[in-house]
Amino acid sequence: MIEIKNISKAFKGKVVLDDISGVFKKGETSLVIGASGTGKSVLLKCMLDLVEPEKGEVIYDGREFLGMEEKDRKNLRREMGVLFQGGALFDSKNVQDNVKFPLDMLTNMPESEKRDRVEFCLHKVGLDGVGPKMPSEISGGMKKRVGIARAIVLNPKYLFCDEPNSGLDPLTSIKIDELIKEITDDFDITTVVITHDMNSVLTIGDKIMFLYKGKKLWEGDSKSILKSDIKELDEFVFSNQALKQLRG
Amino acid sequence: MIRYLCKKRKRGESMLKILGKFFLFLMEMFTRREAAKVYWNRFLDECVSLGVGSLVIISIVALFIGAVTCVQTYANLVSPIIPLYVVSNIVRDMTLLELSSTLMCVVLAGKVGSNIAGELGTMKITEQIDALEVMGINSVSYLVLPKVAAAVLTFPILAVFSGFLGIFGGYLAGTLTGILTPEQYIYGIRYSFMPFNVVISIIKSAVFGFLIATIAAYKGYHTSGGALEVGQSSTAAVTNSCIAVLVADYLLAELLT
Repeated sequence: MIEIKNISKAFKGKVVLDDISGVFKKGETSLVIGASGTGKSVLLKCMLDLVEPEKGEVIYDGREFLGMEEKDRKNLRREMGVLFQGGALFDSKNVQDNVKFPLDMLTNMPESEKRDRVEFCLHKVGLDGVGPKMPSEISGGMKKRVGIARAIVLNPKYLFCDEPNSGLDPLTSIKIDELIKEITDDFDITTVVITHDMNSVLTIGDKIMFLYKGKKLWEGDSKSILKSDIKELDEFVFSNQALKQLRG
Repeated sequence: MIRYLCKKRKRGESMLKILGKFFLFLMEMFTRREAAKVYWNRFLDECVSLGVGSLVIISIVALFIGAVTCVQTYANLVSPIIPLYVVSNIVRDMTLLELSSTLMCVVLAGKVGSNIAGELGTMKITEQIDALEVMGINSVSYLVLPKVAAAVLTFPILAVFSGFLGIFGGYLAGTLTGILTPEQYIYGIRYSFMPFNVVISIIKSAVFGFLIATIAAYKGYHTSGGALEVGQSSTAAVTNSCIAVLVADYLLAELLT
């Protein structure tokens, strides 16, 4: 379980996150949604300590992350897997080496065991036989899959995905969503997904947090989101014509 | 001077603040290090990329600059009272003291500096550096330290190599065009030779290697935005490291000669 308490962040005096609190439970796919520029990615970066918040706490299963000793923080980071928006694959390494990289850097596993683990993760994301290819030789959807394989290679307890559907066609987007959901269920991990894709919201969102101009305006599940009476959330959810018709 | 250092520049940061950030960046390289084996492999890769990868351009520049120095010296210095071997004598000293270290490093600032800044800048904007950080890896140490170590090691080797080629270029230009005989040229380069000049060239190129690699890495690492900013970082890396090389050249000349 991940708990965030009173996270606030400002850049050059402009408040980006204002007192955000919430809980992301184990075995659930939790979504943070909102329009572009509402602070979703900054919230994720604060949770990962890539951006230092002005105030607030991030607690991983009772362990306060931001105030931790460096050594403990490094150990906790090994329990995290992150899928970045563009995949963030290392250009100089092939797919196999990209997935193997965390094992090389953070474990003392024998080489054969590492290879087996990489094969397992690539198989899990449906990329058998793609290992020798370079990131420049694969599609955007495949890059995201490799990013997921790299994120789960260390058996993480917490999985973070920053806009996993961005730049993908609807079909690939659905497949990536299904994959994230499947991994969350299979490995019983805490998954936090940053998105503004309504399809993801309705299909994989066990719990949803809605951000608007740096504030948390609403929290609930995929069923209650369609019945909300908050104007800003309503505008966001029903910006899609098909959903408007669904509401009737 | 103090006013200049404290004056805010384009991005609202004073020179003093930029210098402070630069020194913190250097310190970060040596904290939270990974296993030595990781650095060793990356160091060897960088030696090949930065050092071996620069051999061709350095060879061409050194050969031609040596040849031009010989021709120009002959054209400007020749008189009945100056012996011809002075031409090769001057080629040798100019090559060892300035051309093989300073000029070579200005050329390398363009090639290696833009390469480092471009690579790190692209890694920064495509979140590859964030990916390293979330794994608990010190990205500055992992990415920059091997580059700096490789530059400090390979630049002196390149300087010795370019010194040799510069003198050889002068020999080719001098003897093939009939300016002086091979015996006169060889006598000139051996006449009153000071081995310490080679040491000066090695020290200078090691210092320049450090400056070029760290400044370019700093510029690349602190890139934000997109492709346009990566280009700007590469340009800034080249211009700033060229200036740093020239300032350091003057200071080292005062200290070592």
